[in-house]
Amino acid sequence: MILENIRLALLTMKANKTRAFLTMLGIIIGIMSIITIVVIGDALTDSVSGNFDALGKNNITISVRERGTSGSAMMANFPGRRSQNAKTPETDDLLTDQMIADMRGAFGEDVAGVSMSYSGGEAQARDGARYANVAVSGVNADYQGANNITMLAGSFIAQRDLDSKGNVAVVSDKFVKNMFPGGGSPIGKEVKVYRSDRIEIYTIIGEYESSDAFAGTASERDETTAFYIPLTTAKQDVLEKNFASITVIGAEDGDVQEITERLERFFANYYLGNKDWQVNVSNLSSILDTVTSILGVIQLAFALIGGISLLVGGIGVMNIMVVSVTERTREIGTRKALGALNGQIQLQFVTEAVIITAIGGVLGTLLGVSLGAIAAKVLGAPLSVSPLTILGSVGFSAAIGVGFGLYPANKAAKLDPIEALRYE
Amino acid sequence: MVIELKGIVKKYFIGKPNELSVLKGMTLGIEAGSFVSIVGQSGSGKSTLMNILGALDRPTEGEYLLDGVAVAQLQDDELSQIRNQKIGFVFQTFNLIPRISALANVELPLFYKGAGRRERRERAMELLRLVGMEDRMEHQPNELSGGQKQRVAIARSLANNPSIVLADEPTGALDTETGNMVMDIFRRIHREERRTIVLITHNEELAKQTDRIITIRDGQIVGDQSTGNKAATPVPPTASPVSPTAAPASCLLSPPSSPASCLLPPPSYQGVRL
Ligand SMILES: Nc1ncnc2c1ncn2[C@@H]1O[C@H](COP(=O)(O)OP(=O)(O)O)[C@@H](O)[C@H]1O
Ligand SMILES: [Mg+2]
Repeated sequence: MILENIRLALLTMKANKTRAFLTMLGIIIGIMSIITIVVIGDALTDSVSGNFDALGKNNITISVRERGTSGSAMMANFPGRRSQNAKTPETDDLLTDQMIADMRGAFGEDVAGVSMSYSGGEAQARDGARYANVAVSGVNADYQGANNITMLAGSFIAQRDLDSKGNVAVVSDKFVKNMFPGGGSPIGKEVKVYRSDRIEIYTIIGEYESSDAFAGTASERDETTAFYIPLTTAKQDVLEKNFASITVIGAEDGDVQEITERLERFFANYYLGNKDWQVNVSNLSSILDTVTSILGVIQLAFALIGGISLLVGGIGVMNIMVVSVTERTREIGTRKALGALNGQIQLQFVTEAVIITAIGGVLGTLLGVSLGAIAAKVLGAPLSVSPLTILGSVGFSAAIGVGFGLYPANKAAKLDPIEALRYE
Repeated sequence: MVIELKGIVKKYFIGKPNELSVLKGMTLGIEAGSFVSIVGQSGSGKSTLMNILGALDRPTEGEYLLDGVAVAQLQDDELSQIRNQKIGFVFQTFNLIPRISALANVELPLFYKGAGRRERRERAMELLRLVGMEDRMEHQPNELSGGQKQRVAIARSLANNPSIVLADEPTGALDTETGNMVMDIFRRIHREERRTIVLITHNEELAKQTDRIITIRDGQIVGDQSTGNKAATPVPPTASPVSPTAAPASCLLSPPSSPASCLLPPPSYQGVRL
């Protein structure tokens, strides 16, 4: 019975292809926009949280900022993004080694490490025709854990390198590819680094895997990668020994939010008497929460648009079905004369509506997944489409067919056979 | 008697100032296996009578026994089942379902009865052969001529072995020659299949080809005569139930293989088959 009705519905659709397609359009657009936004949203959420995990979800950033400004610690990490009239803090306004040592003493096990860095500026390593662009960065040993740096060979900057203030460096795999194209281990090799005012020689002690998450637009050949040297080496010739910003690594099993709040109170004490400067303490999870909730709102808004489009599409289906019932009044009368029960007539028209919306749902899903895949590709986010999304949307569109097909189907079922047969 | 009408009245606009009596108390019996024509002028109430005979409509007053079953006051779906299994319709305008093949059209009554695919197909092919349409089975209605459409419609009317075939002006939309051919088919199925056929027409020539002519005027029977053709027609051995009392609807709807259920009606109405 159902199969026969499906066959009949398909025949009817075939006879009226344009109309069937136009009727489907609302459903197609509705399902497409919902699927697209769900796919894009999921991909973005995945990639954002993936990136944040890579950055370290236990990281708590402590940065000095001007009182009365809203510049966050994140901003402080991006040179050149500071507002133009921003003041520069004096040495006394910055975070000192003593504060850090006190903090470590006070927090004990709750703090797994303190990552510190000092930007040594851009430079270029050269060897004959070979070169590699680098951003020199003085770091301490905890920097590796805070930034999830994976070593491919050798080891990262260690405490003894900091103590000896040696000219040692940890370089990226890309750097190695550029400087030592012949292969072989770069460990122990010396490289000349040309800076604006001087040339320095560093011994490579480690090679790390560069992440693509923040790769710029430059070709691989010219890409700038971080060139890690001991913090102490980097600061040797610098007068300023204090820090504008540090990253505290919360204990793996600790409550990051709670540690963040305690750190905030701890550092606030040092700045009670400071009229111009204060500290800002924040962690990535709070930022991640904000970002995901914004993504969620955007997703909801688009889903709402898709939902409205589906509603309109459903009404369109109902409209066309009512027209179809009117047009086929004589057919309905004939079917009744031949003995069709009211329920059989009803089923015939509901099936027709469901076929239209279900096909619309399938087409909309295909389009939505394709659009989502393209968007994910453009955004560089991983694509993940759950079968639940697909089944759900096709099922939902079929349900729309039942919902909006029921009224015209009942209209058809209730027709008086004599009047239907007499209909011109 | 396959059909017994007693005092059938049909009124429209009941209780309103323009109340209209279309059938004014008709009493009539039609024997199984007979070929009866109902003639009368346009507007005399022929189609109204056919709608009641065909269980498409209920009379305002009166009693209608079809195969001994009281049909007059049944519910919609019960009437649907009566139409499906006891009545074959042939319409003036053919009323084939568009977009489906001749074969599928003939299968429809079997489909609504709940017959299986194979049974439907075999029966429909057999019927199309009977009306000489075996080489047009896959054609859609719009690919057929009027005469061909009416032959498909006749085949369809016979699908479920109905007790009566009701034909309302079946040649009305056809030219004389084609009309005669359709008439020949009716005569043949009457003779060979021993069908009870009620032919509604205002064509005296066609009426003369039947066994009995019932003339109605203004909603009343004004003439009922035998044409003498009947002597040539053998009385069918499968006569309808003679019992004048109404059998329960469930009897009518039970499969022919279990006539015992007619004697002991089941406690509830179980005839509905989807
Ligand atoms: N549904 C209806 N409402 C009102 N009057 C009707 C209806 N159906 C039929 N009639 C009237 O009943 C009369 C008989 O109609 P009908 O049975 O169709 O005549 P015939 O088939 O003999 O030409 C006509 O006067 C017609 O107007
Ligand atoms: Mg008429």
